[in-house]
Amino acid sequence: MARREWRSATNAGRMVGLLFAVLSLLSLSGCGERAWNAPHSASEANSNTLFSSFSERPKHLDPARSYAANEYAFIAQIYEPPLQYHFLKRPYQLVPLAAEQVPVPQLIDRAGNPLSADAPADQVAFSDYEIRIKPDMRYQPHPALAKDADGAYRYHRLTEEQLEGVNTLADFPETGTREATAEDFIYQIKRLANPRLHSPIASIMGEYIVGFNEFGRALVDAGGNGDFIDLRQHRMAGVTQLDRYRFKVRLRGKYPQFVYWLAMTFFAPMPWEADLFYSQPGMDKRNINLNWYPIGTGPFMLAENNPNLRMVLSRNPNFHGEAYPTEGEPEDGENGMLDDAGKALPLINKAVYSLEKEVIPRWNKFLQGYYDTSGVSSDSFDQAVRFGTGGEANLTQEMQERNIQLATAVETSIFYLGFNMADPVIGGDSEENRYLRQAISIAVNFEEYISIFLNGRGVVAHGPLPVGIFGSRQSSDQSPEGINPVVYDLENGRPRRKSLQEARALMAKAGYPNGKSANTGRPLVLNYESASAGPDSKAQLNWIRKQLNQLGIQLVIRATDYNRFQEKLRKGTGQLFMFGWNADYPDPENFLFLLYGPNGKVEHAGENAVNYDNPEFNALFDRMKNMENSPERQQIIDRMVDILRHDAPWIWGFYPKSFSLYHDWYGNVKPNLMANNTLKYKRVDPETRNANQQAWNPPIVWPLNLLLLLLVVSTVPAVLVYRRHERSAAR
Amino acid sequence: MIAYIIRRVLYAIPILIGINILTFVLFFVVNSPDDMARMNLGMKRVTPEAIENWKAERGYDRPLLYNAARQGTEQLTNTIFFQKSLKLFQFEFGVSDSDRDIGYDISQRMWPSLAIAVPVLLVGLLVNITYALLIAFFRATYIDIWSVVLCVVMMSISGLFYIIGGQYLVSKLLHLVPISGYDTGLAAIKFLILPVLIGVVGGIGAGTRWYRTLFLEEINRDYVRTARAKGLSEGLVLFRHVLKNAMIPILTGVVVVLPLLFMGSLITESFFGIPGLGSYTIDAINRQDFAIVRAMVFLGSVLYIIGLLLTDISYTLVDPRVRLS
Repeated sequence: MARREWRSATNAGRMVGLLFAVLSLLSLSGCGERAWNAPHSASEANSNTLFSSFSERPKHLDPARSYAANEYAFIAQIYEPPLQYHFLKRPYQLVPLAAEQVPVPQLIDRAGNPLSADAPADQVAFSDYEIRIKPDMRYQPHPALAKDADGAYRYHRLTEEQLEGVNTLADFPETGTREATAEDFIYQIKRLANPRLHSPIASIMGEYIVGFNEFGRALVDAGGNGDFIDLRQHRMAGVTQLDRYRFKVRLRGKYPQFVYWLAMTFFAPMPWEADLFYSQPGMDKRNINLNWYPIGTGPFMLAENNPNLRMVLSRNPNFHGEAYPTEGEPEDGENGMLDDAGKALPLINKAVYSLEKEVIPRWNKFLQGYYDTSGVSSDSFDQAVRFGTGGEANLTQEMQERNIQLATAVETSIFYLGFNMADPVIGGDSEENRYLRQAISIAVNFEEYISIFLNGRGVVAHGPLPVGIFGSRQSSDQSPEGINPVVYDLENGRPRRKSLQEARALMAKAGYPNGKSANTGRPLVLNYESASAGPDSKAQLNWIRKQLNQLGIQLVIRATDYNRFQEKLRKGTGQLFMFGWNADYPDPENFLFLLYGPNGKVEHAGENAVNYDNPEFNALFDRMKNMENSPERQQIIDRMVDILRHDAPWIWGFYPKSFSLYHDWYGNVKPNLMANNTLKYKRVDPETRNANQQAWNPPIVWPLNLLLLLLVVSTVPAVLVYRRHERSAAR
Repeated sequence: MIAYIIRRVLYAIPILIGINILTFVLFFVVNSPDDMARMNLGMKRVTPEAIENWKAERGYDRPLLYNAARQGTEQLTNTIFFQKSLKLFQFEFGVSDSDRDIGYDISQRMWPSLAIAVPVLLVGLLVNITYALLIAFFRATYIDIWSVVLCVVMMSISGLFYIIGGQYLVSKLLHLVPISGYDTGLAAIKFLILPVLIGVVGGIGAGTRWYRTLFLEEINRDYVRTARAKGLSEGLVLFRHVLKNAMIPILTGVVVVLPLLFMGSLITESFFGIPGLGSYTIDAINRQDFAIVRAMVFLGSVLYIIGLLLTDISYTLVDPRVRLS
């Protein structure tokens, strides 16, 4: 018995020795080329590759359907619409991308006669946009374009047998390419009108492009039950091909904002071959469709498409070429933003985006050097950023030691607290209700909100137009036009929020002295609609309640889910709510239309969520929306903003400020809130990155050894007890 | 036994119909087809016409459970419930609301789930049984008492704490493995070490306590006393006799969860970025994708029923006294 125990003890000893040996080997291997916790392969990490993350699986990668920032992050690098925003210049400026130049519309009257560019909108019957695209733009290698020796398309008549074993686009062995032509741009415009695709801009394009809606109806009549419809066989009246590289789009009336749409991927070229290829039986079942496998002419192509794990963009070998801008703003030269001027784009070969749903792993991987760039979440804000005495954002010591850089930008978005103008208590055009809204606007202190809930990442809004949008006048301009006089006084050139006494005085004028009805003596009770009821939002809801309580108003929080919240907005049953808007394009029309009467949510299912309807404002909007940027347009916008401030349908809230961090090996970072196709300008230095990853992530093995030692030591008394027990049993 | 299995399969049909109805009602109490359309079409510039088109294309323009506009059986069959549920019984999961084939996605995503769940189950079993046997051996000593205390403490700690703490300690401080991520083939191993380790450690408390109870129950039986009286060592008594007889409840506990291993872990997969079925389900709930939610609930129910059936069958295999009738 004793010999058996000794043998087992010896075996245990050998096992422990083996474990120690393995750990020691692991320790030694830690001195090798790669850190143990490196999530990327050595070959990728050593190459000219950018590493980043995405938090939500993209829903659509079809350029006719995609309308979300997380989708644009991919498809804007692949598809090339006619125009793009200049990477460096501000204010945002449109420059050609697939087009030879930015099109200038030819205005036409009802009789078909050409009009001058400054013709009044009411005389303009049509606007013709002639777009000339660049020659020699070729599509990425794609099986839809592969041809056999006879010139016939290789994969256009696939059978189920041929699809056996095909799971992704990469499983097709042959690919092909061809030049993008004007016909492909027209094909894509026709796709926008296809009701089966549910393009989010179909309704707005239907208002302007001649024949757009008729084309959609014709497609419905053509039926097809989901089969391929060759859109080339159907004509859209307002879109004409002039030659191989030129096409014309005819719009109803005047619509200067159309050029901004031409900078979105909605208008990128689409080869009919791809549409046919993806519509073959058996493709959808394998999730091989245009919604998941883009085909573009841009600098990158989607080399790996696994939205549940990672998306990889690699350089398009057929890219027609583009050069890094040689001009920018004066400070761009000093900041090194023009160091790559004139160089061929893209500057990187590959971009790997990994799915990271949780903030903690994403943030830690950035700190470990495995992601080149990162946002700053609320949880990690204090670790990354501290504010100086002048309110300027600086990086903490920890970030500075790692040479991490900070880029900030005020977003072209607004978050506001809306009053439902269709509500009899808080809305309407009566003087009393206006006083009430003005009083509440004073009481709700958004400076405090930004400080408490946004870590200072926001700028208080004095009107609907964010910084960088034409017509916007900011309080930082220190001009009276930049200040909302209803809520602020101008003191020494700086805005100072009006006192609560003034707000209470307005309450009294509204018929609610001390928050109680002058008629009934009962306290004023308002409802606040909230789309979130979780513990995270509880503090915010309490804060809003307290703000109104300062005026004696009792605020009832009606928290619900987002669907019910939206329903209340649609039906106009809410009173107060917080909402937001992110710009589609940098034009004041894209913000002021949120308060345009005929765009009301309840009556017209539009985006005017507060149902504000002021005839004077509406008339000014009608004039302003069709004007080119000019002093006259600025004057009209100033008047519109004055009306809005006076009527106070919104508490103007704040413009969010984006904070992003990046490592020093990641170059050419300049926030551009309009352009989505900026990946081609980015630069990385893999050598510096690798060196830092090694230095920051040395494997620490001694705790494991210690743990093992403790386990071994703890087994000794156990073995002794066991032996004693066995001996006693034997007796 | 075959008659028993057939009977159980037949019993499963009304259960699955009931689960389907319950899922359907619960989902549509909080979501209308209009909400689903809005969620899929986006938040900006969505027209009522586009919503109607979306619903019509996907068959969500029918009444939910009863179609008063139709005659005869169509009053029941021409409804969202019938049209969407019937094919589930043929294991045709259809297309998600974001136009992806659900069956294909499930076939792709079950492997990462299994890559975590199987090692956690096997290693966890080994560790828990070994530890429980050790405690049973040292029963009524300070080792037993303090082990039980440790187990209670460990089972009282949230699973989330193990995940975040494990990521912080192992990956952030010690830099031993990647903090999250996944890869295919052998490259996946380095990503699996941490979630498997956390899964095993997180399960030690509850698992060991349960197995300890089972072993102690067996240890006090007459056959154990007889074995000791024959002069067998305590090790032989524990491993050869106690463990074998305690296997019945252990086996039933394990077999019932075997089919559910496919379903993955909701939190672990989300925190470690594992593209399994757990994160698939969570994403679908967040996106209000009824097609996926319905398919996953149905699949989970079927697998659970299979697990229960396998448990019954396994009884007969480990205990000859049990007969299925």
